[in-house]
Amino acid sequence: MARMKFLCDIERCIDCGGCVVACKEGNHVPAGINRRRVVTINQGRPGEKSISIACMHCADAPCIAVCPVDAIYQREDGIVLVSKETCIGCGYCFMACPFGAPQFPGDKVFGARGAMDKCTFCAGDSAPSCSEEEPELYGQNRIAEGKMPLCAGMCATKALLAGDADIVADLFRERVSQRGSGADAWGWDKAYNK
Amino acid sequence: MIRSRITGKPDCGSGSPARRKTLNPEIARRSFLKLCAATAALTGAAMTGKMTGKARAVPNGQQEAHPGSRMIRSVCTHCAVACGINAEVLNGVWIRQEIARDHPVSKGGYCCRGASAIAMVTSEKRLKNPLKKVNGRWQKISWDQAFDEICAKLSDIRKKDGPDALHLNGSAKVSTEMAYLLRKFAAFWGSNNIDHQAGIRHSTTEAGVANTWGYGAMTNSLNDIRHAKSMIFIGSNVAEASPVSMQHILHAKEVNNAPLIVVDPRFTKLAAKATDHVRIRPGTDCAFILGLVNVIIKNDWHDKEFIRTRVEGFPEIAEEAAHYTPEEVEVITAIPAAEVVRIAKVLADNRPTSLSWCMGNTRQHIGNSISRSFCILQLVLGNMGKSGGGTNIFDSHDNIQGATDMGVLSHSLPAYYGLADGSWQHWCRIWEVEYDWIVSRFKGKDEMNKNGFTLARWHAGVPQKKKMAPNTPIKALIQWGSGSKSLTRSHEVKKALDMLDLLVVVDPFPTMTAATCDCNNIYLLPGSSQYETSGSVTSTSRQIQWRARIVGPVHDCRDDYAIMEGLVKRLGFADKFYKNIRQVPEDITRELGRGSLAIGYNGQTPERIKKHMENWHTFNIDTLQAIGGPCDGEYYGLPWPCWTDEHPGTPILYDISKTLAEGGLPFRNRFGNETNIGIRDNGMKTSESTEGGQINGKAKVVSELADDQTIFPPYHLDGRFMGRSLAENYLEGSMPYVADNPANSDTNYGHDITTQVQGTEDGL
Repeated sequence: MARMKFLCDIERCIDCGGCVVACKEGNHVPAGINRRRVVTINQGRPGEKSISIACMHCADAPCIAVCPVDAIYQREDGIVLVSKETCIGCGYCFMACPFGAPQFPGDKVFGARGAMDKCTFCAGDSAPSCSEEEPELYGQNRIAEGKMPLCAGMCATKALLAGDADIVADLFRERVSQRGSGADAWGWDKAYNK
Repeated sequence: MIRSRITGKPDCGSGSPARRKTLNPEIARRSFLKLCAATAALTGAAMTGKMTGKARAVPNGQQEAHPGSRMIRSVCTHCAVACGINAEVLNGVWIRQEIARDHPVSKGGYCCRGASAIAMVTSEKRLKNPLKKVNGRWQKISWDQAFDEICAKLSDIRKKDGPDALHLNGSAKVSTEMAYLLRKFAAFWGSNNIDHQAGIRHSTTEAGVANTWGYGAMTNSLNDIRHAKSMIFIGSNVAEASPVSMQHILHAKEVNNAPLIVVDPRFTKLAAKATDHVRIRPGTDCAFILGLVNVIIKNDWHDKEFIRTRVEGFPEIAEEAAHYTPEEVEVITAIPAAEVVRIAKVLADNRPTSLSWCMGNTRQHIGNSISRSFCILQLVLGNMGKSGGGTNIFDSHDNIQGATDMGVLSHSLPAYYGLADGSWQHWCRIWEVEYDWIVSRFKGKDEMNKNGFTLARWHAGVPQKKKMAPNTPIKALIQWGSGSKSLTRSHEVKKALDMLDLLVVVDPFPTMTAATCDCNNIYLLPGSSQYETSGSVTSTSRQIQWRARIVGPVHDCRDDYAIMEGLVKRLGFADKFYKNIRQVPEDITRELGRGSLAIGYNGQTPERIKKHMENWHTFNIDTLQAIGGPCDGEYYGLPWPCWTDEHPGTPILYDISKTLAEGGLPFRNRFGNETNIGIRDNGMKTSESTEGGQINGKAKVVSELADDQTIFPPYHLDGRFMGRSLAENYLEGSMPYVADNPANSDTNYGHDITTQVQGTEDGL
């Protein structure tokens, strides 16, 4: 079974926000919840790099490990999803996740977090049928339609890749070898004062 | 399906032997084959890409989210990259944007603006009804009342003060057909007081470039940059302004190992991807370029054959450039002398070079000279008329090219014909109206041949503090898809707005103008967005695309054509105006095509362009030529000049390796923490200009700028003005989410001497 993965090529990411907005608009994600964010380091300085981050659908997901009510599960194709009906909003998954993927609306009484929301790889709630409630709770189920996630599909520079991990890896490896290393890599002349 | 999307191969095929072993081969193979078979069936159908067609019936394992929906193709309205849009429509409602994977330029990509194109239609902040400001409050009125009152006032003003008392701020965001109608309206009304956003952006470029070799537009195309062996961007931050174009720029960088040189006072997002960032003192671009030219000539790196056969005036340039030694350039520009020499060598060693510039240099008081110097550099290097070379000036607005081409300008009729008698006679023939009748519409025969007020300077025409030409004070202003935010000296603009007898704003949103102007008798007419109408649009690569109407005008909005009709009918020249226009907008396309021979707009008939929209997938990404299919041999968008309805378009200007009929073209004769100034990070800072303007805002100390004496304020903001909030002036619910002062209250005097483009980028 193909495992689904994201990979953001930082040599291509220009922090345009296309992925962020594509997800927000396409899935009607409410204000305050950011399934996908672009993180930029060294802004305004040489060495500025950007990367688009959302749930990485980890092979050994820490969020699944810590969830006390087993609200989070992983599909056969590797996509990690949460069941909003089961989630109790304890926040453990947020603490466990190295990427800060779990988000909480924080709109319950006494400031309680509410059900966790995160990137679904545009797979909705994993049910094969596109039910009525699914889009409202989880957003589009594009995987069931045979379509790719909106963020990667709409990436301005094709920095963000999403899909079968083997193919994504192959693609990225091709790119890296094309960019060259050693004497072919750009910047070689600057680095070695040629 | 996922597979084909990533690799672009149309056929899934069987599992390739090069695939790695997966964890569980048994299950992997079975599910894989199932997915594959389903994918093949789906992709086979999907790749025919019909413009409108039902979503395909899907085989096992695939679901249809919206049975019965249609796909309609349009083009994003935010910038001139002009990314394709696949809009899914169900029961007359635009339900979602799909990935426009086949579009030859964007390949499905968007920046944050394009990704939310649908929000232009769904936004709650849209103007919903015609409004009039009465006693300081916005009142809903009917369209008929609006049209009646506006036209009555216009006729009144015309009788008292003549036709030049009206200024028409036209638009770079309307369709080409609408831009043409706006110009025609100004002509039939009897004034040359019409201009659009080019007058505050790229008109210096045109003056400079057109005066060098004939046309003032991007010479190659975005896709063609893929073939560049080096790229230099001066005063241009396309990573933020035209993000999707970075696909092609980064391709050249990665595949050709092309140096990417960025010349900018700031370390911009584009600089972050550059191989070389050159910090330059604002306002000194000309010196830098001439410095490069000097180094090139001194080292004999110039393209002698190219200069011998195609360039005139070289000795004079060499003489002028000789003044700009690297040491002299260092004094002027703050770029080290050694760096000037090094950059010149990089360009000389890696040809062809694609040279691009944007607002960084056009908006200076010597903007048109700077544009000329860029052209000169490219001629000296021999980079013109070649794939991978060119002066690739990135347009800003989605249809600034189309609107400029259609003459929404104070100094020209459509298609750059100018304002001479012969030009007027040409257009009168196309419009099929009597030349004498048009003359009679103007204040006098002289006014017909003289330039009107530009967008940057119309506000000076209101109070007329100093004697100026044209000398009728402006009493009425129609802002159609245009705002006042980008004009300098906003406090003067506001004074002018407050003095008007009539102000009409046609826009999908209530604009800054509507909030800043304090008087009554302002009319806001809710125009529809470009997704709610149809028409053609010209991208920065001179490609013409057709926007099909996605959904009907929402709320009580009307599209531009309907609003124009409402006005023209009541102004008494509707019969003449619409003489040859029945089907809108296609008949308009045909009419403007008949007349725009100078730039070859006559070959792009609605039928041909629509066919291009239906067949995106047949166009090759590297050459932009269709291989096979109904558009076989044509270049995407039939880039102008497209001389006949069988011509394939001209993808690269001035390319003499091809015949004219194949898309070639010769040059044309033109008988263009704590800093020293006391700013604390996140502190509120008030800054005042020498002209009395004032802005305040939170300051962010960044390392992007060259030193702690340089500031870069963002300028396209509304909601606050001269330090105070404008919240009470906005119709309830329409105040922008992000509110701040536009920096233009703080800019100085200074306009380009040829085109009057304001100097925003070289202030002290």
